Amino acid sequence: MKLRARERIDNSVKLLVKTTGFLVIAILGGIFFMLLWNTAAFFLKIKPMDFMTGTQWNPSGDPATYGILPLLVSTCLVTLGAMVIAIPLGIGTASFLSEYAGKRLKNILKPIIEMLAAVPSVAIGFLGIVILGPGIAQITGQPNGLNALNGAILLAVMALPTIITVAEDALHGVPHMYKEASYAVGASKWKTLIYVTIPAAAPGILAAVMLGVGRAIGETMTVLMATGNASAFPKGFFHSVRTITATIAIEMGEVPYQTTHYYSLFAIAAVLFLITLAVNLLGEHYVNKFRKFHSA
Amino acid sequence: MIKKLTSVIEWSTLLFSTGIVCLFLIIILWDLISKGAPSLSWEFVSTLPREGMTKGGILPAIIGTVLLTMITALVAVPFGISCAIYLNEYASDNWLTRLIRACIRNLAGVPSIIYGLFGLALFVQGLQMGTSLMSAGFTLGLLSLPYIIITTEEALRRIPASTREAALAVGATQFESIIDVVLPSALPGILTGVVLTLSRAAGETAPILFTGVAFYINNPSGFLNQEFMSLPYHLYMLSTQHQAIEEVRPLAYGTALVLIIVVFLLNLTAFYIRYKHSKNE
Repeated sequence: MKLRARERIDNSVKLLVKTTGFLVIAILGGIFFMLLWNTAAFFLKIKPMDFMTGTQWNPSGDPATYGILPLLVSTCLVTLGAMVIAIPLGIGTASFLSEYAGKRLKNILKPIIEMLAAVPSVAIGFLGIVILGPGIAQITGQPNGLNALNGAILLAVMALPTIITVAEDALHGVPHMYKEASYAVGASKWKTLIYVTIPAAAPGILAAVMLGVGRAIGETMTVLMATGNASAFPKGFFHSVRTITATIAIEMGEVPYQTTHYYSLFAIAAVLFLITLAVNLLGEHYVNKFRKFHSA
Repeated sequence: MIKKLTSVIEWSTLLFSTGIVCLFLIIILWDLISKGAPSLSWEFVSTLPREGMTKGGILPAIIGTVLLTMITALVAVPFGISCAIYLNEYASDNWLTRLIRACIRNLAGVPSIIYGLFGLALFVQGLQMGTSLMSAGFTLGLLSLPYIIITTEEALRRIPASTREAALAVGATQFESIIDVVLPSALPGILTGVVLTLSRAAGETAPILFTGVAFYINNPSGFLNQEFMSLPYHLYMLSTQHQAIEEVRPLAYGTALVLIIVVFLLNLTAFYIRYKHSKNE
């Protein structure tokens, strides 16, 4: 082939791949625009203040009420519970992997964690119904164990692989000098881990936690199946809750197109989007901080 | 003596948390396998559901999931690899590149249910594709795109610059160097990422809820513009929405086991590719 033809191909390919780069911007922009457009349509009918401060979500009632607070509190409650379980377990496991486990043990444990990450959310939700639910019911004496606690435990299982992987990277990235300096002044392995390695890796561990939170907040199927979905205002871990994601999943299939109820689901999705965006940006901020700190 | 004891206690707290994490996986696998295996049979994976889902197999759900994953791959893989090539091979470090990267990272964090809404607004309603296999496949394709870009770029980054320079030095254009030299050497890494991403997509339920999945379709051939059945949605319906939930429990267990086998087989393929590649290096 002549050089000119080859160069022409080269240039057109360059243009083509550049277009796909723009496609990514278009997708995020499209999601943003879709949420904004439908939320705006919703706010033309319902006052934003009523939406943000309303304590009742009952779109099919008369009069219909669109208060996001019960859904928001449910989401936060379940996520908080998941993090209380997942953060200590995740950091503990990451420390074990990075500081104590030998190469052979690591080669066994890492695939286990990857397999845990691969279990589909719907399978985890199913086990919440058939194993965890009856277990919780037996302990608490409730008719079924579908409540916030159930969802929190399942979400912890789902967030753990993310937290462990990212936190282990962070712990692993702490320079050997730090640990050696600590050993040199007589600190034990444990003291070094608690007072030197974990503090030095703190931004990376925070990033891991943020990614875990992002995963838990946005999870749909697990909470949909395991938390019971009562639309009353959440009362605590032993009561049924209904998260933002579960509400969208339940109601979107039933609402007529372009009604206030339809728009309202986009409005709560927009709130969810903003929360996950903030959480992810915060996580990214900590990752960058960690990188800067260690390249300096 | 006391010092040794405390160090054992300290060590065992970490071991304990690791043990619990492993225990989670063991419980999941043990329960699904022990209770799902009795429902597995050739009939279960090769026949249609009968008598209101209380008997028969899950063939349409398996076919649906396979077709759906193929469409997802057709959408996400070419666009994902192409975008990764742009970012790693062509783009210079300017504000536009940084914006694209920021978009990719944020897309990877968008909850899957929001992809479902986007698919509903764009494909089902906007482009008039209706609730169909195609709409759902495109939606899952968008969801998978950022993961494929991220893993492909990582694979491309591992190819040393000297490899590209060698190709350019003997007179190849940049495109020829990418096609003939860079991509073949990055292929195992790219494949690993693609297969892992597809295994994730195969298990996703939330994005297909409003874009095309259905509880029962008696025609398993699954045309592109028709609604379809899928394994994860079938499991969801059998375990929460069916009238005779206790009666169909064995079928739900069987479906869960088939789903997890499909996902783990894809994962094992990815591990195998990675393992083989790391041995060759």
